[in-house]
Amino acid sequence: METPEHSIVAKSLCKRFGKTEAVRDLSFTVDQGEIVGFLGPNGAGKSTTLRMLTGILPATSGHLNVCGKAVPYHDREIRKQIGYMPENNPLPEDMRVIEYLRFRAQIKGIPFRQRRKRIEHAMEVCELHRKARRRIIGTLSKGFRQRVGIADSILAGPAITILDEPTIGLDPHQVIAIRRLLANLRGETTVIFSSHILSEVEISCDKILIMNQGRLVASGTADELRKEFLPGSRYRLEAAGTADQITRSLHSLGDDWAVDLNPVPMDGYYSVSLLNNENGSDGKKVLNYLMNVEKMTIRSFHPIRPNLEDVFLKATRRSWEVPAEGIPDSSKERKPE
Amino acid sequence: MIQVFRLFRHEMKCLFYTPSTYIAMVLSLLLMGFFYFVTLLTISTEEQDQLPPTLFFSLFWVPVLLIVPMLTMRSFAEERRLGTIETMLTAPVRPGQLVMAKFLAAYAFYILVWALTIAYPILTAWVLKQPEFNLKLFHPGALTGGYVFIAVSGTLFVSIGIFTSSLTRSQLVAGMLSFSILFMLIVGVAAIHMLHFESGAGSLLPDTALDYFQIFEHFDDFSRGLIDTRPFAYYLTGTLAVLGFSVLIIESKS
Repeated sequence: METPEHSIVAKSLCKRFGKTEAVRDLSFTVDQGEIVGFLGPNGAGKSTTLRMLTGILPATSGHLNVCGKAVPYHDREIRKQIGYMPENNPLPEDMRVIEYLRFRAQIKGIPFRQRRKRIEHAMEVCELHRKARRRIIGTLSKGFRQRVGIADSILAGPAITILDEPTIGLDPHQVIAIRRLLANLRGETTVIFSSHILSEVEISCDKILIMNQGRLVASGTADELRKEFLPGSRYRLEAAGTADQITRSLHSLGDDWAVDLNPVPMDGYYSVSLLNNENGSDGKKVLNYLMNVEKMTIRSFHPIRPNLEDVFLKATRRSWEVPAEGIPDSSKERKPE
Repeated sequence: MIQVFRLFRHEMKCLFYTPSTYIAMVLSLLLMGFFYFVTLLTISTEEQDQLPPTLFFSLFWVPVLLIVPMLTMRSFAEERRLGTIETMLTAPVRPGQLVMAKFLAAYAFYILVWALTIAYPILTAWVLKQPEFNLKLFHPGALTGGYVFIAVSGTLFVSIGIFTSSLTRSQLVAGMLSFSILFMLIVGVAAIHMLHFESGAGSLLPDTALDYFQIFEHFDDFSRGLIDTRPFAYYLTGTLAVLGFSVLIIESKS
């Protein structure tokens, strides 16, 4: 069921371009104030979905509510609630940053008295208020252009900010700046952004949606996705002793533990990976056991968290291997409507 | 309406920022200046029935074929190529408002270019210093008729340019399309009329219909000071129809 705290509710959304089905049976919800990351390989349907959310691209079928309003019937009102930065961030090359933002503020219907304040605020959030404000857009670096696009999208104080690949083509410094910028937006607006920089998504997002071949293949927090796609407990330890003895001792932990020992020791210590396919296996118990094993000295023991890249690869690979009907919709499973 | 005005102001700014606008303006003014010079030469060599402004405006179609494509080919094609049309339409802007603003901006510029041609008779009068010839140069009927014709027919010509620009993301294709359509409309219809196909019950294009579409006929009426409502209806309804098609194209392609 749709509740007021949902900024976006999509149910069975489909989009066809001729015979090509760009988006298939897509259902998800986004809550107010959430920062949501859209992931997926190229051609997964991310941009199409984001464009449908803005109302610029009508869905072929399905139900889409944005800010409590059905998109096809209230597209003009919804556009007032949405700030959107399209993929590749198209900007007029000949205008100055301040002129462009002034024009955008005008057409977004920001009242004259608030216009200046809003423009200054957007430029400050995006760190454009110093040198860049009077620069011609065509002469700006990629990072600054992205900032202008983001400043434009947050200009009218929208309820939802949609950013399509805001980090594309940026160097690490600029990526960190965009991360800081997203952090600045937290609490001000609901943010949905697509990206290929998975570490960014993991750091910045409250929720992650993974699409592949037009379908939603996973949704949830990074930890939920880890549990779903790469279940189990993983630890790495460095132990001194003979390889045979270490392996035998670790196998005695139980049949549910897989042991992977690197046969080349470093400074006399072997690096060993331990994997248990069950979620929530207690590391403390394992460590206590290992400490009491004779003729084996433990130098380090720490849990390993699979990164989002592994989750992404697993989720998208599974969707290629399994036909559409076979993929469980994790969002539906977790949040029944 | 206020949104159209804001967009119009932006479009005017964009036109003035773009070098192609100035190139179109300078080339057109040079071309029209040359035509005016040829008109003066013709009048100076032999007595003419027509007044200098009428002779000058009778060549209206050549500058039109140059100015309109150069002014309008950028409007939607460039926005589509850069992708800025998407950001524009995700703001609370209707395609109709955008089309109208682009049309009004291009039309204003078109009128400005033609308005500058008033400098030609002024310069001629200043150089020649012949008061009796000034009466011919500044004949109010011929001048007003010519400019009214340019203003009224310009609505349709510019709207065709906007329409062709909405069809494609290539400025070149838009320019070529607009040139071809304008050429067919202005010169093609006149050529068909000149061929004198036999009219009859089975004729696809009866003479009366062809007369109605004859832009040169309209020009003759205007230059004689004859203000008929039919050309007004033709140009204005044609303009609205073409702009309507542009809106549909923008909506369907966005």
